[in-house]
Amino acid sequence: MSSYYGQIINLLAAVLLLLSFAMLGQRRILSLINLFMAQGAVLCASTAIVALTTGQKHLYWSALITLVLKVLLLPAILHRLIRRLNVKWDIETLINIPTTMLIGIVLVIFSFNLALPISELAGTVTRSTLGIAMAAVMLAFLMMITRSKAVPQVIGFLSMENGLFFAATSATYGMPMVVELGIALDVLVGMVILGVFFFQIREQFDSLDIRNLEQLKED
Amino acid sequence: MEFFILLGIPLLGGLVLALTGHTRRAAEYNAIFSLLTLIAAGVLTTHIVNRGPQLFFQEQFFVDPLNVFLVALTALVGFTTSLFSRPYMRIEHDHGRLTVGRLRLYHSMFQMFMFTMLLALTTNNMGILWVAMEAATLTTVLLVSLYRTTASLEAAWKYFILCGVGIAQALFGTILLYFAAEKVLGHEGGALLWTHLNAVKGTLEPTVMSLAFVFLLVGYGTKVGLVPLHNWLPDAHAEGPTPVSAVLSGLLLNVALYAVVRCKVLADGALHSNLAGLLMMGFGLLSVVVAALFLSRQKDIKRMFAYSSIEHMGIVTFAFGMGGPVASFAGLLHMTVHSLTKSAIFFAVGHATQKSGTQLMEHIRGLLKISPTIGWGLMLGTLAILGMPPFGVFASEFLILTTAMKQQPWATPFLLAALGVAFAAIFGKVQPMVFGESNLPTLPHRPAMLPVFVHLALVLMLGLWIPPYLAGWYQQAARFIG
Repeated sequence: MSSYYGQIINLLAAVLLLLSFAMLGQRRILSLINLFMAQGAVLCASTAIVALTTGQKHLYWSALITLVLKVLLLPAILHRLIRRLNVKWDIETLINIPTTMLIGIVLVIFSFNLALPISELAGTVTRSTLGIAMAAVMLAFLMMITRSKAVPQVIGFLSMENGLFFAATSATYGMPMVVELGIALDVLVGMVILGVFFFQIREQFDSLDIRNLEQLKED
Repeated sequence: MEFFILLGIPLLGGLVLALTGHTRRAAEYNAIFSLLTLIAAGVLTTHIVNRGPQLFFQEQFFVDPLNVFLVALTALVGFTTSLFSRPYMRIEHDHGRLTVGRLRLYHSMFQMFMFTMLLALTTNNMGILWVAMEAATLTTVLLVSLYRTTASLEAAWKYFILCGVGIAQALFGTILLYFAAEKVLGHEGGALLWTHLNAVKGTLEPTVMSLAFVFLLVGYGTKVGLVPLHNWLPDAHAEGPTPVSAVLSGLLLNVALYAVVRCKVLADGALHSNLAGLLMMGFGLLSVVVAALFLSRQKDIKRMFAYSSIEHMGIVTFAFGMGGPVASFAGLLHMTVHSLTKSAIFFAVGHATQKSGTQLMEHIRGLLKISPTIGWGLMLGTLAILGMPPFGVFASEFLILTTAMKQQPWATPFLLAALGVAFAAIFGKVQPMVFGESNLPTLPHRPAMLPVFVHLALVLMLGLWIPPYLAGWYQQAARFIG
């Protein structure tokens, strides 16, 4: 029975990685938010299945937090923000998308290699997914680097948080409850502050292009 | 009990000031809350000194000589900063740079910032440490962008994104740490509690621990401002209000470094090699050298002293990296004197820039003539931070250098050269600002120069004579770091 669960988790991990790549290649900001939502849903499902397999009670709570925060609350806030800010649909990337994808593949290989010795130590049913979690973190990082607008950068940041959560469940069956609650609170507060921030940036520059934010440097 | 009062006061202060921060007396309330925090910290400190390390609230909080000294320092500098910010923020308001609503934000966030730092210092849970560090970033982001100028928005954005990404690395490190720990301690046994980890550190899996330490060092190192992760620091210090620069430089960097030191103790125990120490020495030395080279190119006075903070944090990181009782003792002493001196300098700089109406050094002239206290404050503070005897910075730098000569002779020329370059750069720029001619107007409120001289007097005292109980306390803490 548990081998089926193992298969499902591996499948979900693969979907998570695919979604990370899809986000990397997505130009439209609305689709980006939907992809982020899907990623949250996959994370929630995989956490719930790990909980089912292992009987770790606190993982159900963790899945619930993920559901509320990453599937419902954050996408709703983001949707509201882009509606209020009236952001343009298309996002320019700093590097063109095929090149970004190729860099992404290299990053995935790198992450798998880095995770290999640790995965072998892990006794969890989900140990083979640690490499994927690390790859998701790296891809989100890449997305933050290659996007020039503020909102996609933040989605990249949140997606990185998703990858970290996935790493926590896959390697260790999740962090202690109090820590997960704290992290969730930080993410939520951070999001609210960013929302305030977007308005300030827009007010000041009439755009959310962070290439405007390049005045401060050493000459 | 006094422990919960210590954490409760700034939290309560943050809430009360969120409601009343716009009133005329808000600055006084802010100072009162900070004073109460200082008193609670003082009481807690005497308890710990008398009774030794203690655990609170189901082992979730842990206070030992290492963090109680940082708690006392944080509460002290927090209090003096609140005294300084009273006239400073009023003048900013009179100059029309701030609205009443933003003053409320400032006062409330100042207290919340104190709360997050005290939480980060006293928690026993490595996960909560991460949460508190992230919360400390969040509370200060809005303070850095308080003036809502293009430059301050950019600085705050950079601060948020860089520290956010950095701290995400630290979260990954924490996950790896937990992964290594649950093998030994199990799920329920409080596998993230530092005291438990410390008890079993010898049995933690070395490969995982080395990877975990690298991630933790990079993550928290971003907040310490170690080169090459320092890009946010000069901007955030230069563009935020000066009281915020003072607490960022004097306190937050210390707290982040404290987190690194806690992780190093665990990594050292698990690895049976000097990997952690070598990494810290490398990052530390690189920070010292790079920051010293950048110093001479600065035009903005707050930016220059921000680079000086990177340099000093590099020195402390290097000292902890060397390890051993003398170097760790010197590192702790340097943390103390740096935070006192640097916050004093920022207080003086704050009033100097308000007088001149600019942060550009070429336009600040003749401070001694228009306001002798500000002039002397800046001059003495600069001499202290540059390591002139008889100030305390000299004592700690001397100890670090002599230990480096014995243990890591290759590093000494770099350190000496960097200190020399930093001296020439900073002194050369401060001297014409203090002396020289000027006809600047006086300020509408009397500047609060008392904190500056109290800090400098403390630094002077630490340079001449370290009280025996304080020395014993440092030694205990240094033994602890190893």
